[in-house]
Amino acid sequence: MTAIGTDTIEGFGSTDETARSWLRIALAVALLAGLAAVPLVANDYWLNAVLIPFLIMSLTALGLNLLMGYAGQASLGSGGFMAVGAYATYNILLRLPELPLPVNLLLGGVISGLVGVIAGLPSLRIKGFYLVASTLAAQFVLEWLFNQYGWFSNYSTSSSISAPRLAILGHDLSSPTGRYLLTLATVAIVTVVAIRLVRSQTGRTWMAIRDMDTAASVIGIPVAAGKLKAFFVSSLVIGIAGALWAFAYLGTVDARSFNLDRSFQVMFAIIIGGMGSISGNYVGAAFMILLPILLDHVGGAVFGGAIDPGQLENLQKALFGALIVWFLIKEPRGLAALLSRAWTQLASRFER
Amino acid sequence: MSFFVETFIGGLLAGVMYSLVAIGFVLIYKASGVFNFAQGSMVLCAGLTFVTMRDRGIDFWLAGLITLTIMVAIAIAVERVVLRPLVNRPQITLFMATLGLSFVIEGIAQIAMGASVHELDLGIVDTPITVGEVQVSQFDLVAAATAGVLVIALSIFFNWTRVGIALRAIADDPLAARSIGIRLQTLWQIVWGVAGFVSLVAGLLWGARQGVQFALTLVVLKALPVLIIGGFTSITGAIVGGLIVGASDSLAEIYLGSLLGGSVSTWFSYVLAVGFLLVRPTGLFGDAPIERI
Amino acid sequence: MSIRKQKRITSRAIGLAALVLSLAVGATASAEDAKTQYFPLATFRVGAYASSGIPVWAGEIDYFRYINEVEGGINGIKLVWDECETNWEVEKGIECYERVKAGKNGSPVPIFLPHGDPISKALTEKSVADKIPLVTIAYGRTEAIDGRVFPYSFPVVFSFWSEASSAVNFIAEKVGGKDKLKGLKIATVYHDSPYGKETQVPLAHLAKTYGFEDIQIPVPHPGNEQSAQWAKIRQLKPDWVFLRGWGVMTPVAIKTAAKVGFPVDHIIGGIWSGSEEDVRPAGAVGKGYLAITPFPAGANFEIHQKLKKHILDKGLSDLKDPKSFGSVYYNSGVDEAIVAVEAIRTAQAHFGVRPINGEEAQWGLEHLDLSEKRLAEIGATGLQQPLKLSAKDHEGGGAGKVLQWDGEKWNVVSNGWVKSDRELLLPLIYERAAAYARERGITPRDATN
Repeated sequence: MTAIGTDTIEGFGSTDETARSWLRIALAVALLAGLAAVPLVANDYWLNAVLIPFLIMSLTALGLNLLMGYAGQASLGSGGFMAVGAYATYNILLRLPELPLPVNLLLGGVISGLVGVIAGLPSLRIKGFYLVASTLAAQFVLEWLFNQYGWFSNYSTSSSISAPRLAILGHDLSSPTGRYLLTLATVAIVTVVAIRLVRSQTGRTWMAIRDMDTAASVIGIPVAAGKLKAFFVSSLVIGIAGALWAFAYLGTVDARSFNLDRSFQVMFAIIIGGMGSISGNYVGAAFMILLPILLDHVGGAVFGGAIDPGQLENLQKALFGALIVWFLIKEPRGLAALLSRAWTQLASRFER
Repeated sequence: MSFFVETFIGGLLAGVMYSLVAIGFVLIYKASGVFNFAQGSMVLCAGLTFVTMRDRGIDFWLAGLITLTIMVAIAIAVERVVLRPLVNRPQITLFMATLGLSFVIEGIAQIAMGASVHELDLGIVDTPITVGEVQVSQFDLVAAATAGVLVIALSIFFNWTRVGIALRAIADDPLAARSIGIRLQTLWQIVWGVAGFVSLVAGLLWGARQGVQFALTLVVLKALPVLIIGGFTSITGAIVGGLIVGASDSLAEIYLGSLLGGSVSTWFSYVLAVGFLLVRPTGLFGDAPIERI
Repeated sequence: MSIRKQKRITSRAIGLAALVLSLAVGATASAEDAKTQYFPLATFRVGAYASSGIPVWAGEIDYFRYINEVEGGINGIKLVWDECETNWEVEKGIECYERVKAGKNGSPVPIFLPHGDPISKALTEKSVADKIPLVTIAYGRTEAIDGRVFPYSFPVVFSFWSEASSAVNFIAEKVGGKDKLKGLKIATVYHDSPYGKETQVPLAHLAKTYGFEDIQIPVPHPGNEQSAQWAKIRQLKPDWVFLRGWGVMTPVAIKTAAKVGFPVDHIIGGIWSGSEEDVRPAGAVGKGYLAITPFPAGANFEIHQKLKKHILDKGLSDLKDPKSFGSVYYNSGVDEAIVAVEAIRTAQAHFGVRPINGEEAQWGLEHLDLSEKRLAEIGATGLQQPLKLSAKDHEGGGAGKVLQWDGEKWNVVSNGWVKSDRELLLPLIYERAAAYARERGITPRDATN
């Protein structure tokens, strides 16, 4: 049994391929325009507590999916790499304030990527579930590092870091709308780059490594370089997401926000959303971020006052866990596959 | 020197406590190839059930029996509802499913029995014994002895009973085992039941150490490096791994901690585990999977 | 597929999006004049710390019910509250804060109680932008005592710095004076987190001032294994141990201390290591354990008689386990509720008797004066220390009582409230607040108004 089995989703292989792909692009643009217009109607709650974390979680999932869904290397170090991105970006902002914000985010991501390469070195020797376990070392070392050494947080009393003033070309981005648009733009750009990457030679190398590691090396695919490249790109994306988590979402953060639970959350997002699927990241992130909030609202509305609040909270927790297990059982290829099937059915109904 | 010895022995004894949790993982991994993260929740569930019974004035042994029955029932339910439908899925999916399962177990256990902290008194005196200049905790010695008895019992079970031999056949080759008439599902249920028993023992000893409360679920974090070092499939590995992790954590916290600023034990055993993996990619006592091209 | 069909899909998609969006913004409150005061409660009934939280909300809710049922509200304005679960996590805490900050049915949020040190830190700046005061009793950022830099953060009653200082002063009380501190070894065993590290600076300063030796020993989260730390203590042989734990760390520390033979009556637990929930799981070896707290345990205060008569005996209490009535955490909830209610009352006296918003409550807090007389009227003499806040002082009290566990319950063993050396530490606190202001580009408020 392999540690990670993936199925890419090829749901669109019918006759008028080009028309469909144009439709998808048009839809994506419309969706993006729609999302960009959200601040016109949504209140602070929707931006700060729902949409921003959802978008950042999607980005984190995308980062892990490149590594796990495409290159087949599972990792539970995502929280640690988010922390690297956040603390690196904070220090660059603090020490090199003249750099523009996008450059900053990218630099923070690159540092996280390099740390990712180091953490990925054991993958050259260790495989399968033991590799997953070994990435935990990176998770715990990184979390400890930022908590332990005051230098990373500029010796703040609480060893937490606070968002410096966020601005691009003089535009202040510290309002909820500004932070939302910054997040949205970053997610959109990284998604486009990621789609191109997985369709390039690099992406094909990764998939060869994922599908048959040993065979790939036999036919001359540079397995070691491919794996490390995957760790680099993945951690870079996750690092950027970590910086956004710290500054666009929370504002003030300490290393605990990037603990093992966060790594689990990201892993859930891609397994439930769909490994080896770009859209799966969004669906999975929505599941992990939006569903608990939804359960909480529904629970409060239906049972509020009638049931003891402690019981209600535990009930929600159990229900969320049960839903996770249920979807894992029902949809081996992730919710993205489910949606893709639904979409194909819908589209064919329209065509008739 | 006596300080070093004391730290070392204290660490070894703490390591035995990690082994107790790790054995539960190994049993389930051997039988069904699942890295069962819900083991921590099962420890909590067992401890909580037991202590709730005791608080209601139920006799010690009866409480133990009832708890064991509940644990076995949970084990059977888990096998039916979660594991069976997930057969032949990637290992990581199974792992995440057990993580989801842990939310369910924790949620339901706390709905049924509340979230308060309970004291659990097993009647073991915990005054230190002094040997020469070295102090050793009586409680830890009892825990170590319990772990020893448990390991011997499990070894007998696996090596001498029909069930045990069938289990080893399954661990070696599930398909072949099934083809010669071994009923996989029944065996899984037995193993999960035994794992439930192990979680009861772990829950009682850990519960007596720190009180029966939600934090019991966190013991899995210490069991993980134990398993990586010892290998996922070996009970001996779990014991040896536990001793290594316990001793190295304690010594690292003291000697490395004073250099690096403390709390190194949060990661030291994991880094050590990666070191072991680089030398032996399937742990000290783990079986290497055969790869076919 | 034809263009017409594509258009049809698109228009349906837009329709769906519009529906979703209208749901999103549909929750705006009616502008109708509210006659009730909304008071959201951030709670953690799930997760590793739930056992500590449950009695806190009970104390709070029972006092609110008492105000509503017996006093008819705060000057006739009844309190309404709802809960939001945070799991003690920053992310969920922020979700709760954002959910409730706009108020409910036109009634604004006067005060937000984050109930969690990391959550309070993450909300520091958001609360300023939204003008909602954060009241963090006995936790939160110590520098926030300087209200000129932190106008909306209120670490009232007993900050971590005061906690450390009061603990040292209690040791002085025991050894016969502050001059006897010289040469003592005091080891702080702390939860290795931002919360745990908060007392490093003041203890180093106090050690320099009084000449005791300051030993710091971190315990990694969650703290369920401490044999190395206590082996070290056995080696270093400190005279006193100051235990600053959280959650499971405390009972494990007490048990492990017993294992190495360290006398339990020389361990002083900090605020969050000093409840029944912390010491009970340690069993018999916890007998004699000390703890410093701003929330003295006990069910014999006058307010408890009233709560018992009007709330508990009528079955209105939120408490599931009657044993917890008068416990440290229950009383902390009552304390929190008293401070909140009195701040609203003070604001009402200034702005008029009506539901108070955050900005007005901030004024109310900065002008809060809980004198001995007022405390006696409430029935909280001995339960709550006198408290007077101002823009320059968001803490106000700064004293704690020391309790000792007798195996069944806590007994006060200190000589009343043990004061901290606030005059010694305040300059340091102001300095740190000023440094924060510089880093963040905040211009401190004028404190004269």
